[in-house]
Amino acid sequence: MTPLLFTLVVLGISVGAGLLGSLLGIGGGLILIPVLTLLLKVDIHYAVGASIVSVIATSSGAAAAYVRERMANLRVAMFLEVATTAGALTGAFLSGRVGGRGVYLVFGAVMAYSALVMLRRMRSAEAAPVPDDALADRLGLHGSYWDEAAGREVEYRVTRPLAGLGLMYVAGTVSGMLGIGSGALKVPAMDLAMRLPLKVSTATSNFMIGVTAAASAGVYFARGHIDPFIAGPVCVGVTLGAWLGSRYLMGRVNALWLRALFVGVLLWVAFEMLRKGWMS
Amino acid sequence: MNDAPKPGATTATPGEAAPLVPELLISDLLRYGVLASLSLVTLGTLVTFFRHPDYLVSSEALERLTAPHPVPHGLADVVAGALAARGQSFVMAGLLVMMAVPVTRVALSLLIFRQQRDRLYVVITTVVLALLLVSFLLGAAEG
Repeated sequence: MTPLLFTLVVLGISVGAGLLGSLLGIGGGLILIPVLTLLLKVDIHYAVGASIVSVIATSSGAAAAYVRERMANLRVAMFLEVATTAGALTGAFLSGRVGGRGVYLVFGAVMAYSALVMLRRMRSAEAAPVPDDALADRLGLHGSYWDEAAGREVEYRVTRPLAGLGLMYVAGTVSGMLGIGSGALKVPAMDLAMRLPLKVSTATSNFMIGVTAAASAGVYFARGHIDPFIAGPVCVGVTLGAWLGSRYLMGRVNALWLRALFVGVLLWVAFEMLRKGWMS
Repeated sequence: MNDAPKPGATTATPGEAAPLVPELLISDLLRYGVLASLSLVTLGTLVTFFRHPDYLVSSEALERLTAPHPVPHGLADVVAGALAARGQSFVMAGLLVMMAVPVTRVALSLLIFRQQRDRLYVVITTVVLALLLVSFLLGAAEG
């Protein structure tokens, strides 16, 4: 394989990962890293470094729209970013300590967990009253958003900010260690613990992911794990794919069917990654 | 009737102090930052292949490129490479612009919270900004 062919293959795979990711509501990293390492034999540290930059790109691109529509809660985001950036730093350092084998094992475990979260999200959640929380009041976390389907402004209240902070630290650590956005961990933290509406959780998670990823990208860059030859085409490809997906494919593909298929693929790849970590 | 403006989509109503401006600023920063970064990366990739015609035919070159090897990871290296019009340094500069986008977003938020005289969030945002800077500094010290 020549460098030109390699660049084109990586670009193509990245466009595909971005497309799929945007349809499934996850970042491209979860798809991209296994393909780069298992198929193209790229060193996992370079794969993670390339992925983390593409995560910043897709998150920032999507967030630009969410912020404009006032769907992302800027205060909740800033408050939780204290925990995610601290976690991202922890994770980036851990990945340097545990070596490739440990990264494979944790990656496999997180993939399997993400698959289960996606399965559960197919059920609809029941609405219970949101308990009052003095700290959430003090932080002014409550907000409102425009619900297109209902055609009105929906107000919501936020609770248990400290539980959210703790879960975000974990999500940040995973993100920093594996070079993924870990939206699969962030959305449940806001959705289940802090009781933000799902749409707001998704938008706010997207908005926060860029900052989390930037914190770990700084460490990877300084360590020399962000290789322009791999990260360049990955970054352009994933962004292009995510943009195409959200613009032309959203709503035209049966999301439920796609999601079921994806959960299967996710579990299989998780198994492969775990096996590789185990055997090496 | 279909054109009825939805809240948040148009300019501020009288009596409210333009609540939308911070959101618009942040949104524009994200959008144009990503565009600038991707343009640099694309330009750099084209320059790389233009300057290394052997990359189009030789498969040995790939092994050098994908095996673990030193890549420029100091700010000075990247700037020097970009000045020498080395394609990979342009790509790296683009990737650095991408990393700077969220950091700039946090810095912009800090200015916005200061202007709103929101002391609590000025403190929170400063902590986030400090953690981001620490990540670049600590990484450099470790590397």
